Amino acid sequence: MSTTVLSQFMAELLSGKIRIVDLTETLTPEFPTIVMPPEFGQAWPFRIEEISRYDERGPAWYWNNFSMSEHTGTHFDAPVHWVSGKDLPDNTVDSIPLESFIADACVIDCSAESRENPDFLLTIDFVKQWEARHGTIPARSWVFMRTDWSQRQKPNDYLNMKDDGAHSPGPDAQVVPWLIKERDVHGFGTESVGTDAGQAQHLDPPYPCHYFMHGNNRYGLQCMTNLHQLPPKGAVIFSAPLKIRSGSGSPLRVLALVPNAS
Amino acid sequence: MTQPLSKPPRKNPVARTRQPTLPPASRSRRTLGLTASAAAGRFDLQVCQECRAVQYPPREVCHRCLSDQLLWQPVAPRGTLLASTTLHHSNDLFFRERLPWRIGTVQLESGPRAIAHVHGDCEDGKPVKLALKLDRSGQAVMIALPEKATPNMEDDKVLRETSCDPKFRRALVTDGKSAVGLAVIKALLDAGATTVFAGDPHTWKKNRAFDALCEDPRVLPQALDITDTDSVERLSRSIGGKVEILVNTADYAREGGILHNRDLLKAQDAFNVNCLGLMRLAQHFGPAMAGRGADGTANAVAWVNTLSIYAHLNLPSRGMWSASQAAALSASQCLRNELRPAGIRVVNVFSGPIDYEWEQLTPPPRVSPSAIASAIVRALRDGVEEAYVGDVAQEFLARMHDNPKGLERELGTQS
Repeated sequence: MSTTVLSQFMAELLSGKIRIVDLTETLTPEFPTIVMPPEFGQAWPFRIEEISRYDERGPAWYWNNFSMSEHTGTHFDAPVHWVSGKDLPDNTVDSIPLESFIADACVIDCSAESRENPDFLLTIDFVKQWEARHGTIPARSWVFMRTDWSQRQKPNDYLNMKDDGAHSPGPDAQVVPWLIKERDVHGFGTESVGTDAGQAQHLDPPYPCHYFMHGNNRYGLQCMTNLHQLPPKGAVIFSAPLKIRSGSGSPLRVLALVPNAS
Repeated sequence: MTQPLSKPPRKNPVARTRQPTLPPASRSRRTLGLTASAAAGRFDLQVCQECRAVQYPPREVCHRCLSDQLLWQPVAPRGTLLASTTLHHSNDLFFRERLPWRIGTVQLESGPRAIAHVHGDCEDGKPVKLALKLDRSGQAVMIALPEKATPNMEDDKVLRETSCDPKFRRALVTDGKSAVGLAVIKALLDAGATTVFAGDPHTWKKNRAFDALCEDPRVLPQALDITDTDSVERLSRSIGGKVEILVNTADYAREGGILHNRDLLKAQDAFNVNCLGLMRLAQHFGPAMAGRGADGTANAVAWVNTLSIYAHLNLPSRGMWSASQAAALSASQCLRNELRPAGIRVVNVFSGPIDYEWEQLTPPPRVSPSAIASAIVRALRDGVEEAYVGDVAQEFLARMHDNPKGLERELGTQS
């Protein structure tokens, strides 16, 4: 049975009936990293130094050293990342069950609202309106908030930093626990630099997406791109983070399998 | 009166760029005492501790009493120009390119007679002021200057070959958004720089003072993050050939010692900015500057590092940062010797605590960013290699010479 399913899957992949969409941003030194107050520790941005390039440092080979934080570029947040998830079982990238790395995704299009209002907050009502059109969010499905934020100029418009901090869209404090309790979602994914809104420190609790998702052993994906290429429902997401011992997250390649429209 | 320097015309892009040559650089070990004086902007000569005779040129024993008790001490920088002559021929490559060149004999008030380079405004038989200056080879030479300042005297050819005056030069300020960087941009413009490239390590960070400065057409903001090799390389490929003075104002300052501080990332970040950042800049901007060391009157001349006095002796309450400053100081010494063949001067400007947000709890006196900026311009004009800004730095320097071990102990008792 499963052999049949896998064969059929490969056949459809090869024939183009299933398409792969890359939801990953390229790792470059310029890619913005979340900014904390300067007296706090900072996540390292992506940095790369050449070891050799067919030269005196290594005549026949090209390779690089790179450095970055666990939360740089398109990355996965494990529950242990937030204090609310610190004591949960299997809460680190090396201990998360493998099944968690493949899941459906529901993509809620907030791009028009986010274009109008950089501080747009996703609400329960907004999700219910989406469900009225596309059906109820199934259990253990990712919820991706499409904002087209990845298409903004980086780093300035992407971070959108003002005197009172960053301004970017995210979920409000009510919708996150509702998605967990009422819809049993797998996790929350965004295009902006974090899963929470730029001004989420002023919500109650602060950073509700981190607080509730990780406090309930759910996951986060952020700095994704190409969400506009996904259908509202029916995409399957492959998102396996690096196996870092006790890691709180990791940069990764996020791939979506989608049925080809044609 | 000196003919004022006019703004150099745009470079002929198909003419061969003049390659750097150096004036004769060999000196005896004794004579390097003059270099030490010139590097700090002092006029010290050897003084015999037995008969008080002043020595010039430097010697092993007193020319009068043969005592070997010769100490370098400040001497009156005054004399009389006995005679001068203008050379129209030289077999030396450096001087051949700069003829005619004026030299003369000076009777020093303190006793000796010296052959000196002579400023165009000096008159034979009249009193002159004397200075020890570093020439393009980085060695000390004596220059006779007019007794009183004359109009445009800094534009004199003899003097401009020993100074690194920002006038009509283009400068890169690596972090133009820092408190010191903002002040340096302003000071360089006031000193006559034609263009200031203002490095911006965080283009996403709003800074009204920076934006206001960038409204001046002479200020060109440039994205530059010196922790990113690619960013440094990109900018160097774009403007490296236009930078005649580079002022590295990037600094990463954080509190905390080593033993009880588990945050090694602070140390990594400090070394990354303060030391590796300097090295990245050197590798990418250094060669371009070195290629333009003799490129006309607006040639590449100077590399300025803004360093802390705690680069010399570690301040334990900021132990990690002090170590990164020491590493930067060491790197600057390497760079100084590497850039010397091109005639580019490496200037280190040391200050005590700066009056900015990372020293908020440090009791005054703190050095204002504008005082550091003025000191940088002064150091460039005077052509020195080392400057100490403010009372704290001056006192630190004196105590370091007097009793470095004692100062090390005292720094350990400061909170």
